[in-house]
Amino acid sequence: MLTFTIRRLLLAIPTLLFISLVIFLLVDFAPGSPMSQIPLTVPPEVRMKIIEAMGANEPIFVRYLLWLKQFFWVEPLVMIDGIFGTAYAEGMQRIVSWQSRSPVMDIIWERLPQTMTVVGSAYVIGVLIALPIGIYSAYRQYSWFDQFGTLFAMIGFSVPTFFTGVVLILVFSVNLGWFPSIYDTTLKVTDWESFLKQIKQMAMPVAVLALYNAAQISRYMRSSLLDNLGQDYVRTARAKGMPERTVVLKHVLRNSLIPVVTVIALGIPTIFGGAIITEQVFKVNGLGALLINAIHGSDLPMVQTLTFIFAVLIVMFNLIADVLYGMLDPRIRYD
Amino acid sequence: MTDTSVIEKPRSQWADVWAQFKTHKGAVAGLTVFVLLILFVTVGPFIWTKDPTFINPDAVQMIKTRNKPPSWEFPLGTDQLGRDMLARMMKGGQVSIAVGLVAMAISILLGTLVGVMAGYFRRLDGPLMRLTDLFLALPLLPLLLVMVMLFRDPLARAMGPEGGTFLLIVFAIGVTSWMQAARVVRGEVLALKEREFVLAARSIGTPSRRMILRHILPNVVSPIMVAATLGIASAIITESALSFLGLGFPPDFPTWGRLLFDGVDYIQQYPERVMWPGIAISLTVLSVNYIGDGLRDALDPRIRGR
Repeated sequence: MLTFTIRRLLLAIPTLLFISLVIFLLVDFAPGSPMSQIPLTVPPEVRMKIIEAMGANEPIFVRYLLWLKQFFWVEPLVMIDGIFGTAYAEGMQRIVSWQSRSPVMDIIWERLPQTMTVVGSAYVIGVLIALPIGIYSAYRQYSWFDQFGTLFAMIGFSVPTFFTGVVLILVFSVNLGWFPSIYDTTLKVTDWESFLKQIKQMAMPVAVLALYNAAQISRYMRSSLLDNLGQDYVRTARAKGMPERTVVLKHVLRNSLIPVVTVIALGIPTIFGGAIITEQVFKVNGLGALLINAIHGSDLPMVQTLTFIFAVLIVMFNLIADVLYGMLDPRIRYD
Repeated sequence: MTDTSVIEKPRSQWADVWAQFKTHKGAVAGLTVFVLLILFVTVGPFIWTKDPTFINPDAVQMIKTRNKPPSWEFPLGTDQLGRDMLARMMKGGQVSIAVGLVAMAISILLGTLVGVMAGYFRRLDGPLMRLTDLFLALPLLPLLLVMVMLFRDPLARAMGPEGGTFLLIVFAIGVTSWMQAARVVRGEVLALKEREFVLAARSIGTPSRRMILRHILPNVVSPIMVAATLGIASAIITESALSFLGLGFPPDFPTWGRLLFDGVDYIQQYPERVMWPGIAISLTVLSVNYIGDGLRDALDPRIRGR
């Protein structure tokens, strides 16, 4: 298992390098990059100065290597400095946003908590809703509850999140006035009242994302439990005279959770991508909004870094899912 | 002589599939809704002949016909520039569904190509599957946004705002969504290669090209069809999400996602302007998903006939 994990970790390095190259080239070679957006009336020497100030006059591979060094060497050093108060990264050049002229990673760290509170709690709630629904629909297959669960899941992944979000705004903010339609990021939770306010403003974005996730995960849970319910060991357990509760909730559930756990792990990075839309609907000032802003402002370093961070998350959670699968299911041996 | 009429005609595979498909209530309902929606966007404009982009040149008239509630003249009302919402819904639906179909076609073509190549030729299997894994690890929505942002203006300049954007979006969605189909097709091809009929065909010296076209492809049609239906649904959602983020089609070119995006600004006064396109997108995707569900059941020989 350990050798497998190490091998996968080593394999992840070329994958990540390749992805970073793709992202870098795609963004850099594109005809719409900001270099071509400097007005033609700007005199050539000023234009050269502008490009130089952006650091865009170097050949492409130099900039790629520089970016790699900044991402994998300078930024971790800065992080270490921040934690331990050392000065390893002093004087080193960091990835700087073209829009705000401040280091990209600082802005990302600023925005991360908003995304994590909304997206994280939505995912947890989604999983907590999905598991019981999936278990009960599988246990009572083709019952009215199962039919209803199927419909719920179909609606959950057919209705786009931006539409559910807008409908929720329409019902709960415009008509009923229960929740605010715009997420206030400056709110500090200090006492009971501000806590209530925070809950209120989180309710709708979390509900949208939770519904979407619950729909998918409940399907996986249902089919996995159905697969296991027909197995021989279930019959044996029942024949031993075990209470039905123990059979389903201990024997069957434990076995059928194995694939579901990996699906949950695999879904964590995609939720960051899905949250881009939800953040836009509710004006949450998180990573998704940051990406959209950077795209509209042609802020290439920010776009490259953010996209690459998403890619790192995907690769990382793929690895975690594989390792989890091997750990949970002793029948699976990778070596 | 008369005996021949007694013998039942051999049933074709597709008749069986259709018979099984008909028993799936959700799939039949989905197919009905989907056909109705297609009729609405294709035949509809011939019946309801108002121009979706018509803005009354007379400013007074234009202001008078702005933001109208539903009436006989404008069954779904008008928007903030006095354009007829029903006509815009039809036009928008045409674009949205066209994007879904063409993007699906591209992704299925790519996916089948990669899948068959990887499954059939052992030497290509490793590299092609590595490529698929790499694509699966890409963050797709951010990449799509970046692609649209970077290539939209140059393409629009080269090919006109509508054609350029259409091509870009369709191509971008197709290129980022072929991986599932490729994996499924590869698995099927690998299994098919072990079958006797493939061995028989090979032993009489069938060249690879004909082998793939005559023997392999017809046998992987069912998983491809299921992937294709589900591909339409996700392509429509992706397109409307791009439009919703303001990175889709230009403003005067309606699609359902764009109409929804435009309606959000007026949500307090005219909520129906958000509801119509939203319901249209959701209904289309829901019906296509149900069709896919039914197809999967109907094409699975283990379930068929049960």
